[in-house]
This record gives sequence, C-alpha cells and structure tokens, in this order.
Amino acid sequence: MTTLLNVKDLRAYYGQVQALHGLSFSLSEGSLTTLLGANGAGKTTTLRAICNMVRSTGGIEFDGKPLNHRSTESIVRFGIAHVPQGRGTFTTMTVEENLQLGAITRKDNAGIISDIERMYAHFPVLKQRHTQQAGTLSGGEQQMLAVARALMLRPRLMLLDEPSFGLAPLVVRDLFRILGKINREDKVSILVVEQNAQLALELADHAYVIETGRIVMSGNAKDIANNEEIRKSYLGY
Amino acid sequence: MSAAEDVVTEAPAVEAVPKRAMTLGTGTSLLVLAALLIMPVFVKNFIIFQMTMLLIYGLAVLALNILTGGSGQFSLGQSAFYAVGAYTTAVLMEHFNVNYALTLPIAGVVCFAFGFLFGQPALRLSGVYLALATFALATAMPQLLKLNFLEHWTGGVQGLVVTKPDAPFGLPMSQDMWLYYFTLVVVIAIYIFSVNLLRSRSGRAFMAIRDNEIAASAMGVDVALYKTLAFGVSAAVTGVAGSLGAIAVQFVAPDSYTITLAISLFLGMVVGGVGWLPGSIVGAAFIIFVPNIAEGISKGLSGAVFGVLLFLVIYLVPHGARQVAILGQQFAGKLRKN
Amino acid sequence: MELFTNQVLAGIATGAIYACMALAVVMIYQAIDHLNFAQGEMAMFSTFISWQLMQWGIPYWAAFVLTLALSFVGGIAIERILFKPLAKAPILTNVAGFIALFAIINSSAGLIWDFTIKQYPTPFGSAPFLGSQLISTHQAGMIGVTVLLLLGLYFFFQYTKIGLAMRAAASVPESARLVGINTSWMIALGWGMASAIGSIAGMLIAPVVFLEPNMMGGVLIYGFAAAVLGGLTSPFGAVVGGFLVGVFENLAGTYIPGVGNELKLPIALALIISVLVVKPAGLFGRHIVKRV
Repeated sequence: MTTLLNVKDLRAYYGQVQALHGLSFSLSEGSLTTLLGANGAGKTTTLRAICNMVRSTGGIEFDGKPLNHRSTESIVRFGIAHVPQGRGTFTTMTVEENLQLGAITRKDNAGIISDIERMYAHFPVLKQRHTQQAGTLSGGEQQMLAVARALMLRPRLMLLDEPSFGLAPLVVRDLFRILGKINREDKVSILVVEQNAQLALELADHAYVIETGRIVMSGNAKDIANNEEIRKSYLGY
Repeated sequence: MSAAEDVVTEAPAVEAVPKRAMTLGTGTSLLVLAALLIMPVFVKNFIIFQMTMLLIYGLAVLALNILTGGSGQFSLGQSAFYAVGAYTTAVLMEHFNVNYALTLPIAGVVCFAFGFLFGQPALRLSGVYLALATFALATAMPQLLKLNFLEHWTGGVQGLVVTKPDAPFGLPMSQDMWLYYFTLVVVIAIYIFSVNLLRSRSGRAFMAIRDNEIAASAMGVDVALYKTLAFGVSAAVTGVAGSLGAIAVQFVAPDSYTITLAISLFLGMVVGGVGWLPGSIVGAAFIIFVPNIAEGISKGLSGAVFGVLLFLVIYLVPHGARQVAILGQQFAGKLRKN
Repeated sequence: MELFTNQVLAGIATGAIYACMALAVVMIYQAIDHLNFAQGEMAMFSTFISWQLMQWGIPYWAAFVLTLALSFVGGIAIERILFKPLAKAPILTNVAGFIALFAIINSSAGLIWDFTIKQYPTPFGSAPFLGSQLISTHQAGMIGVTVLLLLGLYFFFQYTKIGLAMRAAASVPESARLVGINTSWMIALGWGMASAIGSIAGMLIAPVVFLEPNMMGGVLIYGFAAAVLGGLTSPFGAVVGGFLVGVFENLAGTYIPGVGNELKLPIALALIISVLVVKPAGLFGRHIVKRV
C-alpha cells in the first residue's frame, strides 16, 4: 500500500508552549488509522497542525506533496476533510446548506446534488431535517452532519477529532459503523483521534499511541487491543 | 489537547485580562506619583490646566475601563454620565452655593443612580445593541439639557458659568495649581478604589461575567445585579470626572457633552489598553494632545492626520499601552538576567 | 386622519433613504460581523466621486456605473490595506480603526471638495408622484431601486455559491476555512459590496439632503437603527426597518408634544431599543439557536 500521509518530526506551539515534541507517523492509502492518547496528549494539536491551524515545524507530506506553509483552505483543496472538535456546525444555516458548504470547492454541480442524496441515504435523519437550522440539531445529529459535510468534499483523507465526544453509546456505535462503511466502500482514508480507545481499536486497522506530544507506540490495531500490558499502561481499560 | 469543551462558545468581545495585569507594580506607581506631584512646580499655569484636564479625562476613561474592561459591557453613552456629573456640580454651586468639594460626592451618587437605572434595560442587550442603546443616550442628553422647562436650572443652550475655587487656608498657590492638586487627590483616591474593587469579590464577579456569562451565572454570580452595578460604578466615576471637568473649565453647556466626547473616551480606552487601568491616563493623553498635534501638522487635513496617527498607534500596538508596558517588563526582566 | 396619512407617506419617503443605507449596513455586518462606523463617509466619498465625474461631463448613468465600480474596488482596497493587518487585533481596536477611517475620509472630502452644499441631480425628476405632494418621483424611484437592490441581494445570498460562502465565512470562520473557503477574501468582497451598495445609497440620497462632507452623519445612524430594528442578519428586515424608522420618526415629531426636530432622533432610538428589549434579534432577524 502506498503512503498517503507522512508526518515527520512534527513540533507544534501554542504561543510559548510547545505541545508536540517531534512526532512522526504515516498513514497508508485506504487505511483507517487511529491516534490514541489521554487528555492533553496532543491528539487534537496533531490534526490541527496537519491543516496548518496551529504554528508548527517539521515535515507534513500528503501524497508526496509538502503541506507546510499552505493556508488551511488550500490544504482542504488537496482533498483533506477535517471534522473538528465541537463539530464546527454552521448553526445559523440549514442542514442542506451545511452540506452544500462541504462541497463549496467542487465545480461538478450534478455530482454535488447526487452526493447530497447519498448523504441522506447514509444519514436518514439529516433528510428529515434538511430545511431545519443546523443549530437545532441534537449533538449526535450534528456529528452526523459534520461527517456528511466532510464527505461532501469527496475527500481522499478524512481527519476526525473525537467523533464520539458527548454522544450516547448507541449513537457512537452507529456512527462508527458508518465510518467503517465509508472507509471500505468509498475508499476514503480516515485518521481518527479518540479517547474511547476500545471502540477506536475495534474499528481501525492501524493505531498510534501518543503521550505528551510524542508517539510512544504503534502497530496493528488488533495487536494493540490484544496486548494487555499496553492497554493497561496507556489506554486505561 | 482534548479539552473537554462540547461547544465552542462565542468568544467574548473583550479579551480576558488577568486581575494582576490590570494594575502597575508598586515601584512604578510611586515613580509616576512622584512625577505627578512635582511637575506643577516647574511649568506654566496653562500647562497645569492641561495636566488637570489630562487627569480628568483619565478618570473618565478609567470609568469606561471598569465597565468594558471589567465587566465586558460596551458603552458609547459615557458623555451622558459625564454631562450629568458636570451639571450636578454647576447647578449646586451656582444655584445653591454648595461648596465645590461637596458637589463631587453628590454628583457621584446621582450618576450612580442614573447609571444603575440605565443598566436595567441594558441588561437584555449586548454587543451592537448595547452600543446603539448607549449611543441613543449620548445623543439624547444634550437635547434633554436644552429642554425648556429645565432652562431655569440649566441655563438652556447658553449653559452655566462655574466659579473657579481659590486655594484654601491661604495657601500660596494659583487657582490652577490648587485645582490640579485637588484633582490629583480625587483621581488617586478613585484609582485606588477601582483597583481594590476589581480585586474584590465584586471585581471577580465582573470579570467572570466578562469572560463567560453563562458559566458565571452557573457559579452563582448574580449576573443582573453585577452588570447593573458595573454600570452604576462606571457612571458614578464618570460623573465625578464631569464635576471636576465643570470646575476646571468653569463652564457647562449642552453641546460640550455630545457623542464626540463619548467617542473620544472610547478611543482613549482602546489606546490605553482595554482592561488595563493605568493605561487610562495614556489614553487620555492621546485624546487630548493628538488632535492638537494633528492640527499643528495640517490645519485643513487635521481630521485625516488624526485618523492616520490613530491607525499608526493601533497597528503598532493593537492592545494599546498595556502592550507597551508588557514589552517593557519583559525587556527589564531580560536586562536583570544578564 | 389626513394629517396621519400624509405623515405616514412622508415617513415612507424618508424611510427609503434609511432603508437604502440599512442595506449597506447589513451587507457589511454579514461580511465582518460588526458595524462599520465609517460606512456613511465611504458612501459620501463615492457620491462626491460621481459628482466630480458629472462635472467633467460624463452623463448621469455612466457616472453612476463608473462610481459603482470604483466604490467596489475602493472598498476592497480599504479592507486589504487598512483592516487586513488588524484581522487578529481585538474587536474594539477594529472599531477604533473605523473611527480613524471616518476622520480620514471626512477630512479629505472637505479638503478636496470643501464644505459648501452642492446640488445633486436626480435621474427620476422631482415632480409629485401620482399627484401626491408628499412623495416625489425621485423618492418613488428611490424606493424602487431599494426594492430591486434587496431582491438582488436576496438572490445573491440565497442562491449563489459565493453568497453561501460569504455567509459561512461570516458565521463560523474556522469551519469555513475547513471546507476550503478563503475567508480573508470573503471579508474583502463584503467590504467591496458594502461600499458599492453604500455608493448607490449616497447617490440616491444626495438629491434630497444635498451633497456635502457631513451629509451622511445622521443618515448612517438611522441606517444602523433600521438595520438593528429589522434584524442585522436580514436584508429584508433592514428595508422594512428603514421604512418603519422613517414613519416612526415622522409620527413622533407630529404627535408627541414637545418633540421638536432635535428630539426626533433620541425618541426614534428609544422606540427601537424598546423593540429590541422585547425581540433581541430584531423584528426579522433569525433567532440564533445556541446550544450551550
């Protein structure tokens, strides 16, 4: 499998505070990779650094092309869709407008219309609410909307920041099932950051464990899930 | 970095300034005080008068700073409170022969009540809506002062002339110099009061409201009470500044207290640094002296020159004089280390 | 009763002025999320440019279109040169910037064209409209243009991609960047459009209030008030707000004793504030649902 995303010696800073201390990892095309770690380990920062939303140094290559020093909006045009923490819903706009915004960089109008229908098939609840103001959706529905909005880009890589946050366990299962399906059927590579390690490891095929801004462990998701020592010392279950 | 934040709440309009960062260190304070004390001995009366006005505007900017920097509420109506203070003093002095010093606390109380009452409807408004409401107050005030049935007291469009007090106890100093020291004492007293207010329980409540109103109310802060209280205190301090201003200028008239004054005070706050109390005096210096400088550079284009100078200041230090102070501190820290 | 009808009609006529300006206010609010205090001055400057073009012998409509284009470019230039560097500065610092811009434009216009009042032509004529002494053909034309402008803006924001992108950039900039919108240019575009709309407002208002550097001071305040009353997020609300404010102001001046010309503005503002206390998002503003 070819490498889609390659991150080398990534260091990121919030003002004077360094949040990432030379982080390196890679993600192969078509894989579903998860980044695990405790609160404050640097998971969100890693995703934000990939999209240049935080000051960082080091090498980030997407499909062989360097992403450093590009603006967030131009990185998106490479086919990287980022579902931020807090979902980033356009709360004052309708559900359908949110989906249209996901495809705002695309020119194929017919494709956009059919993709909106596809999203409604994936997430029927969005169809029911398509004229509703997105801010009135429940947390779970907004997370579905955020994923659907990201997919409207027809991304090659989707970055998901704690999709399970604040959602009921049943909703999370449902969401993860859909993510797996998208990964398999639509061939979208996914990098998902999670605190819910157990669930993420079930879903993913590759996993990295990150601690205070460094990768401390990497490997096959099943191996990590089966290794009791790792689970106990790093993942806490 | 997985901060436990479900929804990114709307960023507050005024950035958070930590309590300690709102004041000056003891050493610096004493130096500034010494300079303010000695200065009048060496300069002409006109300069002393200007220094008095500087202190008075500084006080008015400080009042706005308590409101905006402290509790996060925005006001374009400070000129109205200033006018009420000025008129209270003028009417008391000229119609009732009240001693000028006594009119100050009275003006403070009147303005506190006025501000507190105005704060009630303002409670439901924020941001641009509050700006518009306070703006309405500022535009209404000069017209209200001109109303016919008040003319007996206010002197209508003509205004009132205020007598400048002599130095008491036969002290050998000019009226201007006496008024300067009198103002200085009042300003320092209010400054110390404000600093302590912001450090107190009420001050913490103001800042909690500024940074996150919902969280503040969840912690048990009576948001309505403290928001109106902030308006009241700010109005009271502005009113005292207005009183002093009336005495110093020796004249009150409706058209001295238009929206232009409110806008000047706002600019003073921004230039001094929102939420940084000592910056108020720097801001006051800006609004007093820079228009004069602009006029000196070009008479016909003085407005444009003023605008350009203002742009220069906000480009160089978008956070106002506070930013300069922080840079200075860091620089001093580095010097000490070497 | 006849007095009432007449005052309402006269109110609608002045209201058209406010509605026009309110549209420009809403436009910039959509783009930058706050009010631009220098907007009236920008409109005034544009109007002077059109006047100057006509002085040089260019016919009205050609000058109109040319001014529109110049204002659009000028608005973008002001944003790129003066306000882009302040993008990361606090909001209140930006407001200070608006005040500075106000001073610069006002003073420059005074120096270039001086402060004497100038006549400004109207393309619609000034005969009574449909036999009414209270509304002239110019004012009717102004109402017509305002409505056309409103329809155009509605279409732009609702049905074009760039309109959607602009709204997104204004409401949640970070998410907008994450779907690939260049938010910085959206802001510049908003400035350009607001400046162009402002220039239309200025050119329509000038025949009524006459052309001079301070012509927009009062108008802008009413425009703000109208926009806030109608709801800052709704161009339709802004126009309705404009007419309402015009009518309000006229009726208050006529029927409330002791309200002369001087107190009209504060009374109108007080009424608007009372409305806001009851309906904080304005009459037609979309109520923003926030989950906390």
